[in-house]
Amino acid sequence: MYGSGRLSSGALLLVPAVLLLALLFIVPLVWFFVQTLLEDGLMSLFERGYLLLTSRAVVSAIMTTNWISLQVTLSVLIISYPIAYYLATRSGLRFVLVLFCIIVPYFTSVIVRTYSWMVLLGRNGLINQGLMYFGVIDEPLSMLYTKGAVLVGMVYVLLPYMILTLFATMKSIDPVLMRAARGMGAGPVYAFRRIYLPLSIHGVLSGSLIVFILAIGFFITPALMGGPSDVMIAMLIERSVEIMFDWFSAAVMSIFLLLVTLVLYAIYYRVTDIKRMMGA
Amino acid sequence: MKNVASEGARGEIELQGVTKLYGEDRVVDSVSATIGAGEFFSLLGPSGSGKTTTLMMIAGFAEVNGGSILVDGANIVNVPVQRRNFGMVFQNYAIFPHLNVFENIAFPLRARGMAGSEISERVKWALELVRLDSFAERFSRQLSGGQQQRVAIARAIVFHPSVVLMDEPLGALDKNLRYEMQVEIKEIQRRLGMTVVYVTHDQEEAMNMSDRIAIMNSGRIEQVGPPTGIYERPSSIFAARFLGEANLIEGLLESVVGGIASVRIDGGAVLRAETSGQPRPGGTVSVFFRPERVSIGDSRAGDQVSSMNRLQGKVVQTSFLGNILRYSVDIGNGHRVLVDLQNSRGDPVQGASEVALSWRVSDSLVLDR
Repeated sequence: MYGSGRLSSGALLLVPAVLLLALLFIVPLVWFFVQTLLEDGLMSLFERGYLLLTSRAVVSAIMTTNWISLQVTLSVLIISYPIAYYLATRSGLRFVLVLFCIIVPYFTSVIVRTYSWMVLLGRNGLINQGLMYFGVIDEPLSMLYTKGAVLVGMVYVLLPYMILTLFATMKSIDPVLMRAARGMGAGPVYAFRRIYLPLSIHGVLSGSLIVFILAIGFFITPALMGGPSDVMIAMLIERSVEIMFDWFSAAVMSIFLLLVTLVLYAIYYRVTDIKRMMGA
Repeated sequence: MKNVASEGARGEIELQGVTKLYGEDRVVDSVSATIGAGEFFSLLGPSGSGKTTTLMMIAGFAEVNGGSILVDGANIVNVPVQRRNFGMVFQNYAIFPHLNVFENIAFPLRARGMAGSEISERVKWALELVRLDSFAERFSRQLSGGQQQRVAIARAIVFHPSVVLMDEPLGALDKNLRYEMQVEIKEIQRRLGMTVVYVTHDQEEAMNMSDRIAIMNSGRIEQVGPPTGIYERPSSIFAARFLGEANLIEGLLESVVGGIASVRIDGGAVLRAETSGQPRPGGTVSVFFRPERVSIGDSRAGDQVSSMNRLQGKVVQTSFLGNILRYSVDIGNGHRVLVDLQNSRGDPVQGASEVALSWRVSDSLVLDR
């Protein structure tokens, strides 16, 4: 129960951020939408928009985007869960070291990280050269510019988000509970399934939502590492603007992407709210 | 699957030279004790005395570095936690926050693969036993501390274990509730005839509930015995101090005749006390006696002089503790004697500063360590 004076002074602190956001993000965005979408009137907008979003290229890009994002999210979850568990249950040097290895890439540019994967996966990249040196293969494998490369790159970039989200949830689980479960006759698998997993599930949900939201808007990694068939929606938007000068299509697809993101974000908000309701 | 009812198990525990090392530290140092079936056995000691570690080794959470733990004759040192079949009550209850009371109590039964119909019967029985019948649907955040404690107890006994381990279960409760729960736990233990190993640092709790107490100090058991036994006949200065209030006056042991020692204290007075071991004359010892055994005032001529210890002193402090009045009496040379009087007929000292103290020789004990 804060006094109103406190509330308003707190709100005052937000003013610069809100101004910046409005000036550099919301105003240009609305301007862009209004300019490009409403030049032919509302009726023609819906008609053209519908035709565009049901066109083969866009539908295929949406499918690809979803499919890649889903695979990335699941892979990230599977890789992150044990790492987050390790972090949540360790302390001291081991904790610091592992955390360091997660945080440092997190603060490194996505482009740099993507290029480093290209160096590894390329035709004359480290992996191919290594495998040929040891005689495992005679011809270099084509790993770059495939969907696999996109997945690897995106998983790597998005890992920290999931790990840190899961870690925060797991850290709040009282370790005594697992101990208690074991003491009451539960084997490790049963105790995990009945106690740890349910208690960490909202971390799994919110982490997955964050990663999925970020994945559907991904551009750099699929653009640099993907093949011709791995076109994601963000790449299609970029192509419309840069190559086709088709501002209208870009705007429609952008709105579509924005709406999907907002809906997912609303779900994310509910999930974190449930977490608070659970009191865990 | 596993034997849920633990039939045939009696619950006798034998600790044989049980040792725990943390690096060079002997946290628990060859502890040996036999805990009888159906006994309420407390490990009492200050923090760091190794009492919790001992319990954790019995439970299976801490590895045993030496010695063995026998339950009904079988060594369980290498049996994993979940197969030991002990009921457990943890310090902060450890109620699962995402499960309601019913599911919390059902947990040990489900973990053992029991059928659903039997589970609800057992849980109902346990809920009635701890008087929480109407709380089955609640979650832990909707329960008071005392109620959470009851859930933890119900969960520990629901599968009829022959042994229940409790790690300072009442530490988080306030004083009145704590006493109530002591009575309740003791009652349940007696009714079900289970062995309880109970860790606490609260001496009143240990005295109130236990059949026997083991006083622990820096990894070792100082003394084992029933509460009255340890209270009346502590075997060490540590045990004397830890259980109840104690007067301990240092002096020189002059002689031992017929089990009665004469100890000359600073200032020249001689106190007599019973001996338990064979203390050697010439050494420094302490004379131990309880504050409530000391009388204040002129002892009448009719008292058998030879069976009493007497001292003169000056009252330096009076504490009003409700049911008792506690006097701190300076007997010279920096020694003080505590005297507890029942608060029944007002203050007998009445401001008099110079008082005569007397207590029986048979209430005094020589302690040399």
